[in-house]
Amino acid sequence: MSIILAAEALSCVRQDRVLFENLNFQLSAGQVLYIQGKNGAGKSSLLRLLAGLTLPEDGQILFHGKPLSTQSELFAEQLLFIGHQSGIHPQLTALQNLAFWSALSEQPIADPYQLLGSLGLAGLEDIPCFMLSAGQQRRVSLARLWFTTKSLWILDEPFTSLDQQLIAKLETHFLQHLSKGGVIVLTSHQTLSAVYPALQALELEYRW
Amino acid sequence: MVMWQTLMQRELQLLGRQKADWLNPLVFFLLVLSLFPLGIGPEPGMLKQIAPGLVWIAALLSVLLSAERLFKDDYRYGVIEQLVAGRQGLFSYVTAKICCHWLSTGVPLVLVSPLIAVLLGLDWQSWQVLVVTLLLGTPVLSLLSVLGAALTMAADKGGILQALIILPLYIPLLIFASGAMEAAATALPYAGQLAVLVAFLLFALALVPLAVRQALRMNVG
Repeated sequence: MSIILAAEALSCVRQDRVLFENLNFQLSAGQVLYIQGKNGAGKSSLLRLLAGLTLPEDGQILFHGKPLSTQSELFAEQLLFIGHQSGIHPQLTALQNLAFWSALSEQPIADPYQLLGSLGLAGLEDIPCFMLSAGQQRRVSLARLWFTTKSLWILDEPFTSLDQQLIAKLETHFLQHLSKGGVIVLTSHQTLSAVYPALQALELEYRW
Repeated sequence: MVMWQTLMQRELQLLGRQKADWLNPLVFFLLVLSLFPLGIGPEPGMLKQIAPGLVWIAALLSVLLSAERLFKDDYRYGVIEQLVAGRQGLFSYVTAKICCHWLSTGVPLVLVSPLIAVLLGLDWQSWQVLVVTLLLGTPVLSLLSVLGAALTMAADKGGILQALIILPLYIPLLIFASGAMEAAATALPYAGQLAVLVAFLLFALALVPLAVRQALRMNVG
């Protein structure tokens, strides 16, 4: 099976501290990369590297076997990145936030009310997001995963402040995405409860 | 096009929710200009003479005031980070921001200009020139201040830094816009100054959106 995303001897330095070095992995279609590590170990920095937001100190990231810098347009077409911040403007309603992200990725939502309802946000569609709880805001942010057609998902702590029920729903959705040949890179402090067919765990150690 | 419409809609919705963002600069503009007749004295000749400079300095500062928070929220909540990662739509986002900034700060200045004309004792002809220079000049002000906001969005208290970056770029605009008004007040031809303003506008329109996009990418990386 062809390798979609790979890291070769990747290293990252932040504020004169080496977060990780000589990091290697290869991800092919249908695989999950599950990154664990203590606070400050460099999980988010690794995700930002993989999303092409920052450049590695050393080593390179390959997308379909070619360096990421030469593939950036193609890569961005396939990438859905949800970072540490949710990307939800608190002054806008859930519907307005969704409309924004759906317009940007040019992927229309068939029925936003039904989508938000299925994520337990029925009746809250027209309220500014700052009035929602942290978990509900996270749901609005993750709603993108249900209408996107992008194949590579990079998610920073997607489970934060979600309740058990929604975590289970999200993991089922992950499995569906993987079965369609998608790739997921995610960080979490929680152990994954679903059984993934092809899971790669990566433990980043906190280094001084 | 659908994308751009939705983005414009979003910016307008945000302006509707955060009314202080566009009302404050407008109130500031009116306050400054209403203080001058009080401070200098209501002598019409004097006010008329300094009016071109006054109006433009007030416009410049009020636009600058409005720009500081332009990208702050989107930056803080990770919207810009995800836009840059996704690449798609970043340019439309930038142009929508610029258009909305002009609609919310430049256009109101044009709309209140009759009031300004009364406050400063401008005649019909001077008011017309004022409107023309505002129509040509405020888009440039918006473009440049959006650029300043993009460059300083990651700075914690970026207001003064932004002023330092952008004010030097405003100066040519200030000179030619008030120059056009002065020339008109003394019944001299002012088409030359207006042509320079048009040139500024076209130049800024062509380059600034690209620069803003690059500034956003730089700040996220």
